[in-house]
Amino acid sequence: MGLETKLIDARKLSLDISKKRLKNGFGDVVLQRCISYYRSLFLGKILDNYGIEAINTSQVAEVCGNKMLTTMLLAKAGVPTPRTLVALSSESVLAAADLLGFPVVLKPFTGSWGRGVSIAKDPQTLDTIVELREALPNPLEHMYYVQEFVNRPPRDIRIIVAGGEIIASVYRIAPKDDWRTNVARGATTTGFKPDGALSEMVLRSAEAVGGGVLGVDAMESDNGYTVHEVNNTVEFKGAQAATKTSIAKKIISYTVESVKR
Amino acid sequence: MEETCTECEAKMTIPTDALVGEIIRCRECGTEYEVSEVTRSGVKLRPAEVAEEDWGE
Repeated sequence: MGLETKLIDARKLSLDISKKRLKNGFGDVVLQRCISYYRSLFLGKILDNYGIEAINTSQVAEVCGNKMLTTMLLAKAGVPTPRTLVALSSESVLAAADLLGFPVVLKPFTGSWGRGVSIAKDPQTLDTIVELREALPNPLEHMYYVQEFVNRPPRDIRIIVAGGEIIASVYRIAPKDDWRTNVARGATTTGFKPDGALSEMVLRSAEAVGGGVLGVDAMESDNGYTVHEVNNTVEFKGAQAATKTSIAKKIISYTVESVKR
Repeated sequence: MEETCTECEAKMTIPTDALVGEIIRCRECGTEYEVSEVTRSGVKLRPAEVAEEDWGE
């Protein structure tokens, strides 16, 4: 594509933020691919502060990295999303679950690859999960993102978006002994062409969180499509295996176009 | 290029265009390594970091 690129390992960066200008070699645009949410977010905030363009912006990274923030923005944009309550301590979790009706799904506010995602089928299981979470030192573990269990086929949908364009659409089929559909957990992928309703919902979801290069996750519920997550530093090994389009090329093209804009 | 897995001593084939930061996985035992340096004579590997709580998309 004739571009000059520089691979920067964010772990090796120490940036002087006490100056008005940042001494940097970041070029015209930074394509953020840092695997650590917090490292990526902090770097993004620094880049933002000094007017260095990044894909995606730090605001998008912040929203997509926190399921509570994502859910609120999706709901505000009128995107169908699973009913979700946030219990601000262990004292209010049972009430939240009772309101939704068991089984419920507990997810960590931040995190990926299905880690910490669990189903509580009854109050006793919920109690066990809460007890384990309360023993962890991280205060984020002491608040609870409680979501209704969505009845769906043993698959979900991952659609990768760059700006206003859908660049890849796959079903992620859950492995045999797991209900979660993360490729990191062994889910397989198969490509498909989304219908108009799904395409519109996905693009609206991407816009709701601020736009950019995103992975929108959706489910086929009893009441139609529902979007449960939008991913910032979207991984696409599974999606690439199921589609002929070069996802990386599309992402780079979008990144270059963003600079021209 | 070839390197030896320090866990199981299997030979690992390293791509000739390997980049610093790339992950190499031993096909025999699954141990993961990170390319820490690329030189004219080969690569240097170090054990890959274990996934932290905030890793992933």
